[in-house]
Amino acid sequence: MARIRTTVDGLVYEDDVEPRMLLVQYLRERLGKTGTVIGCDTSNCGACTVHLDGLSVKSCSVLAVQANGSEVLTIEGLERDGQLHPMQQAFHDNHALQCGYCTPGMIMQSIDLLGENPDPSEQEIREGIEGNLCRCTGYQNIVRAVQDAASKMKPGASPTAEAGAKQTVAGGGA
Amino acid sequence: MTTTENAPTQEIGRDRRRKEDRRLITGRTRWTDNQALTGLLHISVVRSPFAHAEIKGIDTSAAKQVPGVVAVYTAADLGADQVQLPCAWPVTKDMKAPQRPALAGSRVNFAGEGVAVVVARSAAIAKDAAEQVEVDYDELEPVLDMEAALADGATLVHPEIGTNANAQWVFDSGEAGSGGSVAEALQKAESDDDQIIVKRRFRQQRLVPVFMEPRSTVVDPSGEQLVMWSSTQVPHILKTMLALTLGLPEHKVRVIAPDVGGGFGGKIAVAPEEVLTLLVAQKLGKPVKWTETRSESLLTAHHGRDQIQDLTMSVTKDGTITGLDVKLLADMGAYLGLVGPGVPILGAFMFNAIYKIPAYRFDCTNVFTTKTLTDAYRGAGRPEATFGIERLMDEAALELGMEPMEFRRKNWIKHEEFPYTTVSTLTYDTGNYEAATDQALQMFDYDGLRREQQERRERGDVKQLGIGISTFTEMCGLAPSRVLGSLDYGAGGWETAAIRMLPTGKAEVVVGVSPHGQGHETAFSQIVADQLGVPFDDVEILHGDTQSSYRGLDTYGSRSLAVGGIAVVKAAEKVIEKAKPIAAHMLEASEGDLEFSGGRFTVKGTDKGVGIQDIALAVFAAHDYPEGIEPDIDAHATFDPENFSFPHGTHLCAVEVDTETGFVQLYKYVCVDDVGNVINPLIVEGQVHGGLAQGIAQALFEEAAYDDQGTLLSGTLVDYTLPTAADLISFDTANTTTASTTNPLGVKGVGEAGTIASTPAVVNSVLDAIRHLGVKDIDMPTTPYRVWTAINDAKGTAGRGDEANVASPGAGLGSTASDISKGDTQGGHL
Amino acid sequence: MIPAQFDYVRPTTVEEAVQALRDGGDDAKLLAGGQSLLPVLRLRMADPSLIIDLGGIPELKGVREEGNEVVVGAMTSHYDVTRDDTLRQHVALIQEATKTVADPQVRHKGTLGGALAHADPAGDLAAPALALDAQFVIAGPNGTRTVAAADFFEDYFTTAIGEGELLTEIRFPKYTGWGARYEKFNRVAQAWSIVAVAATVKVDGGTISEARIGLTNMAGTPVRARAVESALVGQSATEDNVRKAAQAAAEGTSPTADADAGSDYREHLARVLTGRAVLAAAG
Repeated sequence: MARIRTTVDGLVYEDDVEPRMLLVQYLRERLGKTGTVIGCDTSNCGACTVHLDGLSVKSCSVLAVQANGSEVLTIEGLERDGQLHPMQQAFHDNHALQCGYCTPGMIMQSIDLLGENPDPSEQEIREGIEGNLCRCTGYQNIVRAVQDAASKMKPGASPTAEAGAKQTVAGGGA
Repeated sequence: MTTTENAPTQEIGRDRRRKEDRRLITGRTRWTDNQALTGLLHISVVRSPFAHAEIKGIDTSAAKQVPGVVAVYTAADLGADQVQLPCAWPVTKDMKAPQRPALAGSRVNFAGEGVAVVVARSAAIAKDAAEQVEVDYDELEPVLDMEAALADGATLVHPEIGTNANAQWVFDSGEAGSGGSVAEALQKAESDDDQIIVKRRFRQQRLVPVFMEPRSTVVDPSGEQLVMWSSTQVPHILKTMLALTLGLPEHKVRVIAPDVGGGFGGKIAVAPEEVLTLLVAQKLGKPVKWTETRSESLLTAHHGRDQIQDLTMSVTKDGTITGLDVKLLADMGAYLGLVGPGVPILGAFMFNAIYKIPAYRFDCTNVFTTKTLTDAYRGAGRPEATFGIERLMDEAALELGMEPMEFRRKNWIKHEEFPYTTVSTLTYDTGNYEAATDQALQMFDYDGLRREQQERRERGDVKQLGIGISTFTEMCGLAPSRVLGSLDYGAGGWETAAIRMLPTGKAEVVVGVSPHGQGHETAFSQIVADQLGVPFDDVEILHGDTQSSYRGLDTYGSRSLAVGGIAVVKAAEKVIEKAKPIAAHMLEASEGDLEFSGGRFTVKGTDKGVGIQDIALAVFAAHDYPEGIEPDIDAHATFDPENFSFPHGTHLCAVEVDTETGFVQLYKYVCVDDVGNVINPLIVEGQVHGGLAQGIAQALFEEAAYDDQGTLLSGTLVDYTLPTAADLISFDTANTTTASTTNPLGVKGVGEAGTIASTPAVVNSVLDAIRHLGVKDIDMPTTPYRVWTAINDAKGTAGRGDEANVASPGAGLGSTASDISKGDTQGGHL
Repeated sequence: MIPAQFDYVRPTTVEEAVQALRDGGDDAKLLAGGQSLLPVLRLRMADPSLIIDLGGIPELKGVREEGNEVVVGAMTSHYDVTRDDTLRQHVALIQEATKTVADPQVRHKGTLGGALAHADPAGDLAAPALALDAQFVIAGPNGTRTVAAADFFEDYFTTAIGEGELLTEIRFPKYTGWGARYEKFNRVAQAWSIVAVAATVKVDGGTISEARIGLTNMAGTPVRARAVESALVGQSATEDNVRKAAQAAAEGTSPTADADAGSDYREHLARVLTGRAVLAAAG
């Protein structure tokens, strides 16, 4: 067993974990953060994407012990005071999800993408989410959602959206 | 208390954002694997690495010693080898249905079949111990090729049934009286200088549905009713089948399909692992969970497609089809799934597609092999048929020297000819192929792209343009119960809905269909809002729990709206009917003077009225209601359609083929689909997008390939190559509308349309790009290697043909595992 | 799926890591970014008894200039490689290739040293490292030694890193002002390279004065396309010249055959992609 201390969605946790425990298992089984899901065993699907110290990672390919001392942001930590993150709102507005299983990973990766490139082209969006598989949407509305969020998260777009954009930096920034 | 002061605007047709999204975008989800009951035990299934082998012995002693292991069971310990997992579709009277156990007893028939199960405190410990189970196998010859499997002296998958043929199913329009004899038509064509005969063999590769949520089952045996949570499309069928299969009293079983992460047909099943989880939970009296890994899913969840199609068409030189003969071999895999043997048979009604074909024969033989079983995958039988006929239409047009769209136009059913009874005996109620095609051609700029294609040809560009067509229809909305009965299907095709009017005027609508991404909660709320005149947000759709939704036939075959949605309409009509005498009583008017609109009963010619939501409160209080009726306006309705629905559309695809590398890049994709009246255009568009992606993926990317030992090569998502966003483009989609006349909403199914239509459009476009180089056909998926090889072969400079049957070394996981584990003792980083 | 059990240590210096390797013996495995190791462990294709996590050693991270070289710590993430200005200016080829590795999440976690030490023949960073004549600094019980790229890659998944050793840094000579292109060919975005070509060229007044080309997945190790390199030198960078020179790209290769490609197809791709890569690099 190894002792780890992490900050997950703003709360500090200390736990003893088996070294082999994956970060995604730790989130799901120990912290009850079942919003983050497991879709594969080869790091292809990206459903388990979270932010680790401000950068998106596949939490199935990180050991919980590797996250010791780190800050983790999951899909469950995006909403603030009942207010959806602009990316969550954009996924809803653009019908960018059907079964919803890939959605947590897609949203987390899309937020990371806009952090890197606030004004991406369609091709840049497609390449930016190429580590996330979706079987329902054909990706088209996901691309639209990211474009929509990008336009709303631009500085000065709207007061709420800006607040959302700032949250991204606060929660997921470097 | 809510009252409906103003009639809400019409909900049907609105692009309502989905009700179900909020939970899904915030992670507040209820996937089966999220279930964490106190004392929960976990199981891991020990699986055969061999495709075909006798089990000589199983040593579980080491596994039982692993700390945290509760039990290790072989088939006999659980009686799992005595279980007969159900096949609900005996397609012929003499169909051979070998026993399909929940765990193999003495013989395994595909790589991945379960032979033992470990129960432990955690999934990790269960897996640790599963690796300690020693199984002694005597390998048998695998059975992999369908034609070889049917040859005399072939090794038999199931020696006890004496053959590898499962069933032969034949339809002959001459015998059925729905058309002429194909034998005669072909004979005539052979001796007729004005006719040609076009023969082709096409291959439908094996696919895997790859729903994003891996399957999971939790069984809690501790209550009076045994509760199973399962990631299933079919909770109702599962419940009944568990009762029938295991001899459980049906009223002692409750099945819950909580949030289900996609299915695409892949979760229409009574899975061995569902049964195993239940047997173990019963035996130990403890809640038990099974959650598969992705590689386990690819290996053991059912596959789809896998056919050899031999097609023969006779056609006059001026382009009129005179006969169509279809001969299929369909790979069932090692066992029969829930509806597996019927899947290819659904194609029998669709090979004639939108065309007027005077003579038609369909002859399908289902074959057993030592591979994972096949069953429904999005489209189920209809994509196969549509691919066959739409590829053949291009081939025939080519031989005739006709423009492929003109050839189709010449043979399709004209809009004024509906309703039209086809040579395969279906009656298409409505459609307008001309309208959809004209709009698609215009959106696509068909003529412009043909010009561009010509210019690239003339310049000899490295990247050549190809244009492919698919004008499709499909039968969906499964289905009229009587038709299913005539096909020997084990159940009906009706659907049930119930509406519960709560005291505060809200409506709970219980449906028998079971969504896993389709947006039922939103679309059905829109229907109910219009029918009852209540606000959209006052409607809650309940589903997926047999305790609340006790009657239903679940979700598949694009049936949820066209059948389930109509049951909702019928239930709403009954609510209004039951409310009417109460309204009359409250308004002191006679029923005959009342009219219902916008959620209110009003007395004709006055402004007196009462809202349906107020009536709900009145019957709850029940202080004052008419004599002789019950104080209740809740209603329950079952709808059994009289016909399928027949969506259709025209799909046009342009691809760029890099003639130097063989790489195919999507260039433009346009589709115009007629899915009847649209309840929610946003959801319809989403269904089309997703369907297209899957159909395109069959054409270009996906294949479940086996090696010559019967080992699945594409056993991880590294090797089973799904398209990402970067591999697809934005599609241009649109709708034309001819309302279905077979249901009161005028709707048709949409869930499978994109998948059914797109595959032949893409393959036709790939071939169109390089046919001038001498290429005649390419098997799916049309990988760069296959395209390059076809171009090369056409040049007469064929490759050395050294395609080995192994996964790519670059895969890094599939083929190179041994290298990694062997070669890394020097402290190499990974 | 969950890995089999192992012990875990997280040294904070290279010395401690070497000691941990010595203590752990044959069954110890180094964890760099873990983006290949974790899936392998999850599929239980390997079950080391000890994992030595290199993530806690600051000296293994970062990019710095040292005279005529750019030195990259083995634990520098792909993400940091792709963003580094020094590399962009002096070693553009490694940056171009790194941009194509896997996907953004994997690039955030995966490392240059981890990928090179893994030595997957279809991995994207070995060919550019070879083409660039990178030097590999390896630490072990007897101190450090430096191995040239040409000697580093020995076979499929096998490198010159010996027992008890670890890769600490990769030293690239400067190729300031050279054009660079990594031409990657795969079936879908997530798939590994069927073949890829790493090309960097120096063009003076329209004439190629120097060229360096490495091939991915054309043998068990990356291969240098020397015949093409010498054929290019002194040529003007026209399509005809480049394509002609590229005809020699498959010389000295021994590609495998699999479901994605026969060896003849790989050879053909090497020629086509070499032409494209050089033209783009000379662009």
